[in-house]
Amino acid sequence: MANKLIVSLSPHVHSGDSVQKNMYGVLIALIPALLVSLIYFGVGAAVVTLTSVVSCLFFEWVITKFILKREKTTILDGSAIITGVLLAFNVPSNLPVWIIVIGALVAIGIGKMTFGGLGCNPFNPALVGRVFLLISFPVQMTSWPKIGQVTSYLDAETGATPLALMKMAVHGDASALEQLPSSFDLFIGATGGSLGEVSALALLIGLLYMLWKKIITWHIPVSILATVFVFSGLMHMANPTLYASPAVHLFTGGLMLGAIFMATDYVTSPMTHKGMIIYGVAIGFLTVVIRNFGAYPEGMSFAILIMNAFTPLINNYCKPKRFGEVKKK
Amino acid sequence: MKTFRIGGVHPAENKLSAGKAIQALALPKQAVFPLSQHIGAPAVPVVKRGDLVKVGTKIAEAGGFVSAPVFSSVSGKVSKIDTVVDASGYRKPAIYIDVEGDEWEESIDRSAELVRECSLSPEEIVAKIKEAGVVGMGGACFPTHVKLCPPPGAKAECVIINGVECEPYLTADHRLMLEKTDEVLVGVSLLMKAAKVDQAYIGIENNKPDAIRVMTEKAEGYPGIEIVPLQVKYPQGGEKQLIDAIINRQVPAPPAIPISVGAVVQNVGTAYAVYEAVMKNKPLFERVVTVTGKSLKNPSNFLTRMGTPMSQLIEAAGGMPEDTGKVIGGGPMMGKALVNTEVPICKGSSGVLLMNGKEASRGEAQPCIRCAKCVSACPMGLEPFLLATLSMHKEWERVEKEDIMSCIECGSCQFTCPSHRPMLDYIRLGKGTVGGIIRARNAKK
Repeated sequence: MANKLIVSLSPHVHSGDSVQKNMYGVLIALIPALLVSLIYFGVGAAVVTLTSVVSCLFFEWVITKFILKREKTTILDGSAIITGVLLAFNVPSNLPVWIIVIGALVAIGIGKMTFGGLGCNPFNPALVGRVFLLISFPVQMTSWPKIGQVTSYLDAETGATPLALMKMAVHGDASALEQLPSSFDLFIGATGGSLGEVSALALLIGLLYMLWKKIITWHIPVSILATVFVFSGLMHMANPTLYASPAVHLFTGGLMLGAIFMATDYVTSPMTHKGMIIYGVAIGFLTVVIRNFGAYPEGMSFAILIMNAFTPLINNYCKPKRFGEVKKK
Repeated sequence: MKTFRIGGVHPAENKLSAGKAIQALALPKQAVFPLSQHIGAPAVPVVKRGDLVKVGTKIAEAGGFVSAPVFSSVSGKVSKIDTVVDASGYRKPAIYIDVEGDEWEESIDRSAELVRECSLSPEEIVAKIKEAGVVGMGGACFPTHVKLCPPPGAKAECVIINGVECEPYLTADHRLMLEKTDEVLVGVSLLMKAAKVDQAYIGIENNKPDAIRVMTEKAEGYPGIEIVPLQVKYPQGGEKQLIDAIINRQVPAPPAIPISVGAVVQNVGTAYAVYEAVMKNKPLFERVVTVTGKSLKNPSNFLTRMGTPMSQLIEAAGGMPEDTGKVIGGGPMMGKALVNTEVPICKGSSGVLLMNGKEASRGEAQPCIRCAKCVSACPMGLEPFLLATLSMHKEWERVEKEDIMSCIECGSCQFTCPSHRPMLDYIRLGKGTVGGIIRARNAKK
């Protein structure tokens, strides 16, 4: 009997948490937004999401097996599926399949596996893929179908998104802001845009789920949303015809999607609560700056990628408050 | 409800034996007494092979100021002075006694009558505690008299009693508070007198409402003792966490100790041992031990003589289950996995926990996904992932700067890690190495 006992150091119990549980938890939190996109964009949303997920899984499998020659495949840990879903959520629902496949290759190949796979990548893989596509295929990536064309895919009719209208206002089109949909329509998602970003409501439900399941903490999403609200609110108060109201900023474009699902990516965000707040405030600030003054109508992706680059620096300087720490005078 | 401010986790409580009254365990055939049952210098044997001893006879005396004497828990003949594998897994010098009868030293008051009046001076109380070999019964086994003799310049303001029992499964302290309420409270009063303070707090987690109720009722008759219910959170029984939870003060990083913020912390088991030592002249040679496990037939709390092999406790609780994969001395968060079940019960043995093979196996470690859950869980405000990685890469200087020596090895980080990383293994390696570097540096000065 004695020689059959397992001997190891404490602790001898585990919470039962796992990488898979967290990843699939995030996927569950993405379901409401996926349903909304299926309702508004129909076939297009289904084709784009499926293509993106399947190609992300495929590229991760090929790279781990044939290039890195690892024995164990990691495609079941859920992270590649998340990358696939998030990439799909960040593109228009009429994007051709071949462009999505390129996006998936860049996201998984360059954004993730080049650095060694899950846990090692400095930048959010889905955003690397998305920004690559935005720069390479600016026309296809910035013509968004109008909502309600459930049966069309490539042939969907496109229209201006709220963010484009906001940009036109900044560039002197005085009537542009008046064409914006109502804040309520923006909130529930009845507006054009990338397929997963339209409904702030659905994304917020996802946030509540992740907070409840303790998958993420409130620090990053709340600090981003609060910063955007305050900063865009100040600009709106200074000049309401030039700058859209904070509600419009919060409910449009990829802001909610970015704040809730992209900026909170474990691997690429800071490790301490203090660091998370600095990171979130900076993302919120950069987003509003790019939206109002930059060349692109949407600033979320760039803001997150820029702050991803600062994450190691933030980790280095933002230490948690040590137990019993006395302030140095 | 009060609790400590930084980090913490909530493991499944599994207090299987909470409803089981304390039972006296039968005498062993042979009792084995390691000479190092405490932190500090090992005790020095005062008996030799063939000597006859009684229950309560001193068999080894303290080997220094930070040390404690060892007493026989049985009557019989010293058969040998040899070594034994203790809970740490190492061979340690030990005294073996073959049991014959059950004859007690006459100085010990064996009546069950409660004695409350004590005319001894603080110094005399400390001397009695020291002479009875009382050490911290929560597991750390720090000699109690040392804590009651503050270093020059430090002054105690209050006594804090640990009735938290935050380790899952263990119920020994819980039962003691329920069944020996007055004895524990008299022990606390003695500790207050010895530490020269008028205030004591007894922290109890609110998963033991019966203990909180009984203790609160009885404490009314003891001036200066306050029962403080605490929110259930691990590691609340850690000395520093308990002080923070109860008097809202944080002990600074080492070399500061609890007395630096005016607190003397003792376990309820220790308070009970102090009562017996001072009022009943009974040295520390038995204690309550929880024997537990999900597959065990009859999880129990046994009043056990020191030196009894753990196998005897397991037998008394229904025998070793077929599926046993790991036997732990102590609780599942900080206890030690035993190499065999013949390890003797010592002063710090709070429990024997049997886990089945599946529970006992660690999950396969995956790469760190930087989720920061360990940072949120660390009760000392450290970054466990960083300490583990730096230790893995032997970055001793950096890991010292990241305050690795503040780690209390509670295991919350590893418990919570979704990637099942063996963080604490590496942190222990780092702590050991950095500790050696610091000692070498101090020796040069």
